[in-house]
Amino acid sequence: MRRIISATVLNESGVLNRLTGLLTKRQFNIENITVGHTEDPAVSKVTLTVWVEDDRKAEQLVKQLHKQINILKVRDLTNMALVSRELALIKVLTTPDTRSEIKMLIEPFRATVLDVSLENVTLEVTGDSEKVDALIELLRPYGIKEISRTGLTAIPRGTQKKVLELHPYSIM
Amino acid sequence: MKASWVAEQKTVESSLVSGAELFIQGLQNEKVDVVFGYPGGAVLPIYDALYKAEMKHVLTRHEQGAIHAAQGYARVTGKPGVVLATSGPGATNLVTGIADAMIDSIPLVIFTGQVATKVIGTDAFQEADIVGITMPITKHNYQVQKAEDLPRIMKEAFHIANTGRKGPVLIDIPKDIAVNQAPLKEVSDLHLPGYQPTMKPNILQVKRLNEALQVAKKPVLLTGAGVLAARAEEELLAFAEYYQIPVVQTLLGLGGFPADHPLCYGMAGMHGTYAANMALYDCDLLIGIGARFDDRLTGNLDHFAKKAVVAHIDIDPAEIGKNIPTEIPIVGCAKETLKALNQTQGEKSNFNDWVIQLSKYRSELPLTYKSNEKELKPQKLMEILHEVTKGAAIVSTDVGQHQMWAAQYYTFSTSNRWITSGGLGTMGFGFPAAIGAKVGRPDLPVIAVVGDGGFQMTLQELGVLQDWELPVIVVIVNNKSLGMVRQWQEIFYEKRYSHSLLDIQPDFVKLAAAYGIEGKRAENEEEVREALEAALSSKKPFVLDCAVTADENVYPMIAPGKGLHEMIGVRG
Repeated sequence: MRRIISATVLNESGVLNRLTGLLTKRQFNIENITVGHTEDPAVSKVTLTVWVEDDRKAEQLVKQLHKQINILKVRDLTNMALVSRELALIKVLTTPDTRSEIKMLIEPFRATVLDVSLENVTLEVTGDSEKVDALIELLRPYGIKEISRTGLTAIPRGTQKKVLELHPYSIM
Repeated sequence: MKASWVAEQKTVESSLVSGAELFIQGLQNEKVDVVFGYPGGAVLPIYDALYKAEMKHVLTRHEQGAIHAAQGYARVTGKPGVVLATSGPGATNLVTGIADAMIDSIPLVIFTGQVATKVIGTDAFQEADIVGITMPITKHNYQVQKAEDLPRIMKEAFHIANTGRKGPVLIDIPKDIAVNQAPLKEVSDLHLPGYQPTMKPNILQVKRLNEALQVAKKPVLLTGAGVLAARAEEELLAFAEYYQIPVVQTLLGLGGFPADHPLCYGMAGMHGTYAANMALYDCDLLIGIGARFDDRLTGNLDHFAKKAVVAHIDIDPAEIGKNIPTEIPIVGCAKETLKALNQTQGEKSNFNDWVIQLSKYRSELPLTYKSNEKELKPQKLMEILHEVTKGAAIVSTDVGQHQMWAAQYYTFSTSNRWITSGGLGTMGFGFPAAIGAKVGRPDLPVIAVVGDGGFQMTLQELGVLQDWELPVIVVIVNNKSLGMVRQWQEIFYEKRYSHSLLDIQPDFVKLAAAYGIEGKRAENEEEVREALEAALSSKKPFVLDCAVTADENVYPMIAPGKGLHEMIGVRG
């Protein structure tokens, strides 16, 4: 199953290495990972998406991460109400005929055109991963030259479901 | 307030010292009495400061010897072992010991030299990225960027190494950092927001365990090294005796509960006793304390404690639920948790039938071997060792058959007498670890029980025995083979002894003599007994090369993939 894990880490050299090394050692495969500063410059936030077999594996992952001295807090966001976003830059081949068609197509996705050349346009789209996937599929027939995706970043919503409705771990 | 502020400023200004001197000061602050190490280019400034400080330093003959010695020291004293090595090869030679300490939770603080900061990353002479290399095998590691950070880092390192689940912490010191000047000042309190080990257990879970004991009919306590690390032997004894719960031990937990106690059913696992393994197989309440359910203990998980409610007490939350599903998880230090359990005891239950059943197993199917007057049986050798030392010696082993025989037949009734490489299974560990143990506990006899294979991996440390006249007794359990490998080849590979027979050997007695150490070869029980008694009373280093039965196997045994109830060779 896919898990979205958020880790608050001290902004020190090597901490990302430590985190990804741990995942490698314990045979967790990272699907994507994003890192950035938080409101506190000494603290960074890492959001990672991993595939795990079952809940016990997921629990083990969270606990192993938490053991690291410069990881402050680890949360499994998977079962939480959250807002998650990803940004993608997509370069699509165009001809004079298709240029306006593409513009129409991307409108419902609220994607914007960042750059135009004679042979292609570069688009920017933001949203959850499914939305980004959908737009890419839509554009594929026109010929996609290049894609660059940031990976998912996420934050829990201000209001959460009652704790009892969440799947309980044996211990956290 | 103002006056003290001025005073502080003064000390800061008047006492700029080098990073190397800060290092010495840091060791003194932590009351370190001995450093195990080996010098080299990148640590020359530090060794110069050591020379002036007259700190006790044990010069081993290889860095691996230094780190295993520090492990032995830590195991018997409970204090972190301190290791010092140079950059590059000095640092990489420590890697085996670091991994060993990590998996067996032994507190170490390791200092490595590094090339100067301005050439780090240029593939300079003797440069190795030891911080990167040891990241997955240390509890934490550091590279010092500024000399003034060193006191704080050292204070943190000693704290991290010896609290919570103990483990190795490495500090990499670039050469220029050891030379640079920085103020000598006291480190204020530790600030480690990401490190707060849970010591006290959750009282609700403690209550649940006490309740589970009220309904259980067949409870068993499985005790590991966590009991020893927390010094919780008394609390464990009180707990087991109150409820009359049978106790079985892991390899690393031996000595945490007296082996001669009626409730002790011995070691469990691959070469454990029949009673201990059946206790784990049959129990309806399994209480694991400071043990991590390693595969060599559990055998096939499909058959492990299947009828039991599992309660697991561990200081490391990540161990709970890692290998087996756990109904009653208790995160906490073994000592604190057992105290809490002892304070909230429920009614005494009656586990008589269960205790009688296990005691029957113990008396009817004890550990056994076929004696043979003409040969020196390795099991008998361990019994003689126990007899001659009255069970009071510190025993340190390598890995393999001799290790299992020592665990089975040198019964430990006192804690912190047993040093062995458990999780990593490091050959070459036993002898240098015995050196460290003797340095830490000069008052006790120390015996290194090693195989002829493992001893040849680190025997250069005989130089340390000669140098310090350390009365360590090296007992070579010599079967002219890599016994455990040979045993597996015999059983699982149709006796194809691929590269496991060591017929060509040095004369170990002459080898010892070359180091100025007395030695003897023993070929029967009488010779062993005589030589041991002489060695113990001489208070000098001694090498005893024991020619044991070469094709003896360790039994009972659980074959890989089998359950705890599928032991073979129970009847010897």
